Amino acid sequence: MAKVTLTPTQTPTLFLEAENITPDVFAGKSAAEIAALHAFIGKTTVTLGEYFTIEGAGGETAADTTIVINGDVSRVKYIGMKMTAGEVIVNGSADMYVGGWMSGGKITVNGDIDAFAGLGMTGGELIVNGNAGNYLGAAYRGDWRGMQGGEIRVSGNAGSDVGTFMRGGTIIVGGNIDVHVGTHMEGGTIIVKGDAKTRVGGQMVKGTIYVYGDIDVMMPGFQYRNDVDLEVDGEEGHFALYEGDMGERHSKRKGEVIYGQLYMKY
Amino acid sequence: MTEYLIKNGFVYDPILGINGDKVDVAVKDGKMVDAGDVAKPTIIDAAGMTVMAAGVDVHAHVAGPKVNVGRNFRPEDKLFRGVAGTGKKRMEGGFSVPTVLRTAYLYARMGFGFSMEAAMPPLYARHTHEEIRDTPIIDQGALPVFGNNWFVLEYLKENEVENTAAYIAWLLNQTKGFGVKCVNPGGTESWGWGMNCETVDDVVPYFDVTPRQIVSGLIAADEYLGLPHCMHVHGNSLGEPGNYEITLDTLKIAEDYKPNNDFGREVVLHNTHLQFHCYGGESYASKSFESKSKEVVEYVNSVDNISYDLGVVTLDETTTMTADGPFEHHLSHMNNLKWANTDVELETGSGIVPFIYNPKTFIAGAQWAVGLECGLFIKDPMRAYITTDAPNAGPLCRYPRVYKWLMSVKARDDMLDNTLKYGDKVRERCYIGELDREISLYELAMMTRAGPAKTLGLGHMFGSLKPGLEGDVAIYPYNPETDTDDPEKIEYAFGNSAYLIKGGRMIVKEGEIVDMGNKRTFWVDAKVNENPMVERDIAEKFRRYYTVTQNNYTVEGPHYVPNPYVIEVDATR
Amino acid sequence: MAKIVTDVVCPFCGTLCDDLEVALSDDGKEILEVYNACTIGATKFLHSQAKDRLTRPQMKQEDGSWKEVTYDEAVEYTANLLVDAKKPLMYGWSSTSCPAQGVGSEIGEEVGACMDNTATVCHGSTLIAVQDVGVPSATLGEIANRADRVVFWGCNPAHAHPRHMSRYSIFPRGFFTGKGSKSRKMFVVDPRRTDTAKMADVHLQLEQGHDYELLSAIRVAIRGEALPDVVAGIPKDQIYEVADTLKSGRFSVIFFGMGVTHSLGKNHNIDIAIAVTRDLNDYTKAAIVPMRGHYNVTGSGQVWGWQFGFPFCLDLTRGFARYNPGDSSSNDLLIRDEVDAVFVLGSDPGAHFPVGSVKKIAQLPSVCIDPHITPTSAVSKLHVPVAFVGVEVGGCAYRMDNVPIETRKVVEPPEGMLTDEEFLQKVLTRVRELKGAA
Repeated sequence: MAKVTLTPTQTPTLFLEAENITPDVFAGKSAAEIAALHAFIGKTTVTLGEYFTIEGAGGETAADTTIVINGDVSRVKYIGMKMTAGEVIVNGSADMYVGGWMSGGKITVNGDIDAFAGLGMTGGELIVNGNAGNYLGAAYRGDWRGMQGGEIRVSGNAGSDVGTFMRGGTIIVGGNIDVHVGTHMEGGTIIVKGDAKTRVGGQMVKGTIYVYGDIDVMMPGFQYRNDVDLEVDGEEGHFALYEGDMGERHSKRKGEVIYGQLYMKY
Repeated sequence: MTEYLIKNGFVYDPILGINGDKVDVAVKDGKMVDAGDVAKPTIIDAAGMTVMAAGVDVHAHVAGPKVNVGRNFRPEDKLFRGVAGTGKKRMEGGFSVPTVLRTAYLYARMGFGFSMEAAMPPLYARHTHEEIRDTPIIDQGALPVFGNNWFVLEYLKENEVENTAAYIAWLLNQTKGFGVKCVNPGGTESWGWGMNCETVDDVVPYFDVTPRQIVSGLIAADEYLGLPHCMHVHGNSLGEPGNYEITLDTLKIAEDYKPNNDFGREVVLHNTHLQFHCYGGESYASKSFESKSKEVVEYVNSVDNISYDLGVVTLDETTTMTADGPFEHHLSHMNNLKWANTDVELETGSGIVPFIYNPKTFIAGAQWAVGLECGLFIKDPMRAYITTDAPNAGPLCRYPRVYKWLMSVKARDDMLDNTLKYGDKVRERCYIGELDREISLYELAMMTRAGPAKTLGLGHMFGSLKPGLEGDVAIYPYNPETDTDDPEKIEYAFGNSAYLIKGGRMIVKEGEIVDMGNKRTFWVDAKVNENPMVERDIAEKFRRYYTVTQNNYTVEGPHYVPNPYVIEVDATR
Repeated sequence: MAKIVTDVVCPFCGTLCDDLEVALSDDGKEILEVYNACTIGATKFLHSQAKDRLTRPQMKQEDGSWKEVTYDEAVEYTANLLVDAKKPLMYGWSSTSCPAQGVGSEIGEEVGACMDNTATVCHGSTLIAVQDVGVPSATLGEIANRADRVVFWGCNPAHAHPRHMSRYSIFPRGFFTGKGSKSRKMFVVDPRRTDTAKMADVHLQLEQGHDYELLSAIRVAIRGEALPDVVAGIPKDQIYEVADTLKSGRFSVIFFGMGVTHSLGKNHNIDIAIAVTRDLNDYTKAAIVPMRGHYNVTGSGQVWGWQFGFPFCLDLTRGFARYNPGDSSSNDLLIRDEVDAVFVLGSDPGAHFPVGSVKKIAQLPSVCIDPHITPTSAVSKLHVPVAFVGVEVGGCAYRMDNVPIETRKVVEPPEGMLTDEEFLQKVLTRVRELKGAA
């Protein structure tokens, strides 16, 4: 596994747009070539070498390439965007769009991330050992196709608008979550191990949400069905099943209506 | 102004009867001239290339309020597809609903010089003209919609053709419109109450008039005025299985009418996006749905006063947008996607819904076949024009792909055998498999320039390289002698013009857009006898029912029509 | 004998009344009286003649005082500010004309700016919701002529759009609504008992911040499903009743404003209100219309739509248009220190933005183009007064229902004062020179 290590040398005064920091772009490149790659600050073009020291070289393919960022990149956007394979490890906090539109590979952030991480994700893994911002694993504006595959796991809290228009894949939040969880969901799984606030499963067509903690105010369109024992994310638990959103359209299979499912853990 | 002499190209001009000969083509002072009339021309060597008059688009939705809804409510249509501006070009955006800049550049790359905006809601005409003004290069006009207009409904209930004509003339003048468009006659007014008109004999609630009366009356009024373009109709029940009978009912209304105009137009009715109106069967399932393109085009072939455009489905994710409000509501229920709708007081309505024509479904494959059949069954290609009802059946940028399909059996078979999942079923339920006709370049010229120009009443300006006509010439990097081996070359060449001269100015040079031209807005000013009753009706409706004043309704001035080209029509008696 | 100018379009709010009549002095130079406008509109016209009106640009000095400069100096400062900045923000565009917005767009493209309008703190939530679920709507005349159920959700037209109810939504005797207000049932949903609520047949005084839940409950009720006893403080019987009344009407319309666009959930509240409207269309006719605030914020969205493809929160910095509110939105850009220069035209963020954002405007190189002295101009480095659109210069504006109306010039601007469009044209020319020289 070829490794490229980036160490931030200066903080951009504005924000650095670094969509070139992915295994796909780094593959097949030497440290010098990587340093020459473009990054953007507003309308100006800079190079990665101006903001990072670069050690190592890319592997032959994205899958062979590991990128390690040692330091705070909380003013760097688009890390890991559209990656298809390989690994990115961020030892620090990162800004928006981490793993945006990724389809494979693995990103681990040992720090916090800002909004729009995993936007439109179709595969791969995004692990955050820290807190996540708003719109985690959400759909891009206007797109009815949200996250379609892959797994996002956040150890801490997450913001609002998590998993909007979700179709597939899994989002696991270890801590608390803000408003609007799984809005317009049509598939996929969201697990919240802490507390939720309100608007959980609003306008949900299909899919599954688990909340281990409390919900401040339940959506009026969710109806209690029954209690059930389940294994979720490797743990046994006793849950109350609610189905909904009764205000939304639902499809049928073999004459049975298929609702979204909200499991509240006892 | 620079003079141009185009040499060595293979020229196709159905009006002049030139079918691939290497004749010299000359442009001087913004007009086509005889090759001998240029003194010091810039020579363009078109060796190995195809030369035609610039294209004329008879129907596309590229400017106006519902187009802009399509842009603003679909950020995803632009994601990762933006193109930065270079040289004289500004930035471009949008795949199925391009920005006005991108629209202009697409047309230039496809060698077009004129586009007719398919539908303009009169109350929003100002908006349509702002967009037309901001679309460089191409000349444009816009067709105001009349088929659900309260004045028209009231007059035609009593068959008051002269009053209808007076109103049309007034409205064309006030909105700077070009002709008479009629969308889902009666149906969109019914939609004001959530209802629709499905057949030509359904009655419009309250107004108590039928689509048949509306279509008939509008044709009559159009001919009364002698407008350059004939009545342009989008009939009832668009997209419904079995609707071909309603289409035939609509077309047959034209039997009673003869063209009356000084513009060389020989048809009285233009049926737009015919593909959507040629469906048989009772559902979209392969065991029921069938193509009725043959039956419908047979009828058109049997008469001489109807033209149509194809509306070919291109199998893309696109955006539907039409003044057929109830249809769009229906569509949004079929695919559960976002639905925008605007009903317009006293006039019309509109609906916009994204749509995916998925080649993995039978029905999209069948729709694709029907559209091409509409182009392959026609006997007189001067009466059938190639469109995608952009963006409804397919985005504007797909025109060259449609040409490829019409011109190559190999390309069609490739789709049926390799791209469509249910190609076999499509061959069964549609006629496409039996058709081995390949549209020639000569016929392509008829279907994309000469024919549309004629039906628009603009044959005296566009659609041919005849001396005296506008200096609009397109040169495509397509060699009819050596490029016939691979149909992909058709798609490439007709989407990447080597040269475009528009109004005598070099717009595209060696494949690059180098000039923004001097676009004009075409509109028709028809003079009629004074009609105090219509004037009073207009004043009354503005006073009581419109929410803008009559004086504020008028579209005029350099901010909206900075470079007008007015076609005067004298319809006084 | 006063001269009366008719068909005047009021350049204040999204109601865009076009039936004003303005009485001028004989020499046509002075506005004497304004007829048919509400007090807000009339004041805009009359106040334009204030004796202490600023007529020339002024630059803030080191000691905080203002010194008059020429328009040319103002153009020079502005052009350099925009060209030198790495990521300038060009904000406002809502109290100005479409031609000005068009020139502004060209500048923004040339200088690679972020461009945003007042929707970002207003109906941006609506624009986002429409992008997610569409919008079944109609022109205001359709409402006047057909609507028999009118809902004002989270808005207070009695104060914010004073002539709306008389021109469009409650009182008109339209083609199918000959009995005027008696043809209509009026609902107000608002946690406050506003002056509009006092006029309503039904006032749902819901718990603040729970509009989304109540709208969802209406959808549940429309589908005939079971509801909890109380949602958002409203008993379920009343919710079923409202749903039935809306379903049983001939034409229901929902008008909405800041009460839902900027309370908890923002775009989600509008999204679900649109979903309610969409659901109602399965039973009857229904439409939903946003109560747009500034008289031409709608136009700004339209011009940007056809030129760039997005209605607000534009990021043009990379040479092609990008869009994502939360990232490319003015307040996020300012608070995160993501922009390094601010240009404001035709709006007052100093008054409307969170104080944290306003502080950034104060710290950054900044220009404010506005006829008035405002909280924005007070924190800017350069203040350029311009003519009032709709009073001293015409230009197209778009009403809340997207209907475009050409505003009129009624009187001349003060001697030597430029219009927005003229100033911007000079800036564009200078920007091109600076870039060409680079």
